[in-house]
Amino acid sequence: MNSMTLTSNRFQQGVNRLLQSRVAEILSYPHGVDRYLEVFNPLWSVNEVRARVEAVRYLTNDSVTLTLRPNHNWEGFIPGQFVQLSVTIDGKRQTRCYSPANSLHRTDGCIELTAKVHANGFVSRHLREQLSVGDVVILSQADGEFALPEERPEQVLLISGGSGITPVMSMLRTLCDEGFAGPITFLHYANSAADMIYASELDEIARTHDNVTLVRCFNNDGEQGELSGLFCREHLFTAAPEFAQATTFLCGPPPMMAAVEKVWEEDGLAERLHKEQFTLAAPQIESDSAEGEVRFVQSEKMAINNGATLLEQAESAGLTPESGCRMGICHACTCRKTAGEVRDIRTGEITSGEEDIQICISVPVGTVTLDI
Amino acid sequence: MSIFSNLSAEQFETIGQELDAIRNREMADLGEEDATYIRTLIKRQRRLEIAGRGLLMAGFLPPAWLAGVACLSASKILDNMEIGHNVMHGQYDWMGDPAINSKVFDWDNTCTNTAWKQTHNFEHHTFTNVLDKDHDIGYGILRMSEDQEWEPRFLFNPILAGILATFFQHFVAIQSLKLEDYLIYKTKTKEEVKAEFKPTWKKMRKQLVKDYLLFPALAGPFAPFVFAGNLTANVARNLWSSQVIYNGHFPEEVEQFPESVIENETRGQWYVRQLLGSANFEGSRLMHVMSGNLSFQIEHHLFPDMPAHRYARIAPEVRAICEKHGLPYNTGSFMRQSLSVWKRIFKLSLPSKTEGDSKKGPLNGLRAKVVSLTREPQSENRKAA
Ligand SMILES: Cc1cc2nc3c(=O)[nH]c(=O)nc-3n(C[C@H](O)[C@H](O)[C@H](O)COP(=O)(O)OP(=O)(O)OC[C@H]3O[C@@H](n4cnc5c(N)ncnc54)[C@H](O)[C@@H]3O)c2cc1C
Ligand code: FES
Repeated sequence: MNSMTLTSNRFQQGVNRLLQSRVAEILSYPHGVDRYLEVFNPLWSVNEVRARVEAVRYLTNDSVTLTLRPNHNWEGFIPGQFVQLSVTIDGKRQTRCYSPANSLHRTDGCIELTAKVHANGFVSRHLREQLSVGDVVILSQADGEFALPEERPEQVLLISGGSGITPVMSMLRTLCDEGFAGPITFLHYANSAADMIYASELDEIARTHDNVTLVRCFNNDGEQGELSGLFCREHLFTAAPEFAQATTFLCGPPPMMAAVEKVWEEDGLAERLHKEQFTLAAPQIESDSAEGEVRFVQSEKMAINNGATLLEQAESAGLTPESGCRMGICHACTCRKTAGEVRDIRTGEITSGEEDIQICISVPVGTVTLDI
Repeated sequence: MSIFSNLSAEQFETIGQELDAIRNREMADLGEEDATYIRTLIKRQRRLEIAGRGLLMAGFLPPAWLAGVACLSASKILDNMEIGHNVMHGQYDWMGDPAINSKVFDWDNTCTNTAWKQTHNFEHHTFTNVLDKDHDIGYGILRMSEDQEWEPRFLFNPILAGILATFFQHFVAIQSLKLEDYLIYKTKTKEEVKAEFKPTWKKMRKQLVKDYLLFPALAGPFAPFVFAGNLTANVARNLWSSQVIYNGHFPEEVEQFPESVIENETRGQWYVRQLLGSANFEGSRLMHVMSGNLSFQIEHHLFPDMPAHRYARIAPEVRAICEKHGLPYNTGSFMRQSLSVWKRIFKLSLPSKTEGDSKKGPLNGLRAKVVSLTREPQSENRKAA
């Protein structure tokens, strides 16, 4: 098996070099080699990451766990990072970010993504209801600053809420696989025990690793957790009294993250807290105070500024600008603004003049002209 | 302008609304069906191309050569017409797939994506059949309208039309240069032409190297067979696509317009100009696919960014709207439209008879013609063949 993989790897490298040559480029001009390779196998590509769905599991009632085998273009990830996953729904490509939850040391070349299924979630519902073994999805390379440092910290505190468990689960699994000896506290918030993703595996890890302390906190009354209710300072004193010495990784819903951040800020520990946001806190649409108009030059369209993001306003005006994450991560939506002022909904920062902006997180302040 | 004075402002308004209603309904319905259609077609085209190029490698065997040329010609035609032309119109941009997006897609043709979108998507589709504005009226080479002043060079109209058809991809590639402005009218300098030609030449070179050097070289001693096969396929594509395009705008009854019509043109008036300036032809499903559904040139000009496979479905409705408002709906068999085009090409190689003559140019004759059409809705050029 091993020697076979080795030869096939070498063969693949050779073929790949050939396919990326100038000759191959001209022979396949202007479409590119990939457009011909995919006729034979949808997974074949010289530089795009595509993955085959190897397994689909339902660990809870409102989640789906995918085992994906990326093609050889996949460059790997650092625990905590995310990938952009694209699927086609009703003819249209949809892209969302998901954080691999598997250990870095997984040996079968697969990655594992777990998505919580939101009631009206377009992509997450599709993943649970439509995706099946054998399907091919498109991935980006892994990205993101939220990542386990190369030099492992001495003491680790992982705090997560809901589906925010995935990146920290990857960190935990990786550290355990490495035989990490320092203390790890895993503090997780979920509505109920039945909703908790990876519950039994976490139990098992805590049982077999003396250095891992698992603290579950359920919001619903009467649930069997170590704690209950929403995050507060008292939880922290109970679960991780030495939190000030730990390097902390946090991922969860915006209100929970805000509560945790506040404690760290008050204690002057902000730089020891690493955080990842899955969702933008909903921007307030200030339709009352919105002024001016949005001009789309290339499409010769115009809209009265309604205070929503430029991406949403462009879409309501009938344009189809590119977008991906819709939350300022992937840069798929970057457009040239030729005039006007915009506010970044994440930071509140206002910028003006000619510049490239991400229209998914930009709200016009007065009249704005976009070159789309 | 005569044609427009025969329809009231309200009528234009109504026509605009009725056509908009079709457009909105269809565009709201975009989805899986369209995506599957174009993906399947692209897959078939790529398979044909791979098969064609493969067969030509064994081109020293006559059946393989013939089959190879057939596959490669079909592939190039599909690539340029139903795929390239339509994808570059942005018909599938909503899918969010970079491989099927008008910003990125490029076709197996020497014309660049950028130049094409300028001369075709913008100039031709906006100024359809407006003299001096729509360069597709004769491509700066032919005399295709009586209102184009006759020059002695137009004696060669039919020969030039043949040459244009044979080397169509190259003419289209250099169309944006407006070479006649340099060669004949001297309104453009050599330097300007050179600078504009640069990106086109870059693409032409790659296409030529691919078809006439690299692929033949792959066949080693049999290179000449591959060379000849690729040449034949390119010419077959050129002849076919040029005829399809001629048929869309040059049949005799198709109207041309003076520049003045586009001043303050309303949406309804724009729609009517598209209707009057285009012609369909009829045929089998295969014929429609091979012509990129430009056999529904009328529907295409009304809704250039609607996935073209939908035109067949909406054509009866468009036709009904035309009949209701007494507008001509120009259609006929492929043969009939082609003959009509060539008749026009031959006729216009000679100077037009003086104004006021019975055989008037379309512009002079417009009023009379439209009035007569309005009176007899079943007039000849509106009838199905
Ligand atoms: C860096 C990063 C990593 C991520 N990793 C994961 C992951 O590992 N697992 C995972 O499940 N998700 C993850 N997400 C979130 C994921 O990308 C999608 O946003 C989520 O799956 C919802 O997409 P959807 O298409 O189903 O919902 P949409 O159709 O986009 O939204 C439908 C509705 O759900 C609401 N909604 C969307 N996301 C959330 C949320 N997180 N919490 C509450 N309401 C929400 C929206 O406000 C909206 O009302 C990550 C996001 C980012 C930015
Ligand atoms: S859509 Fe991803 S950054 Fe805007």
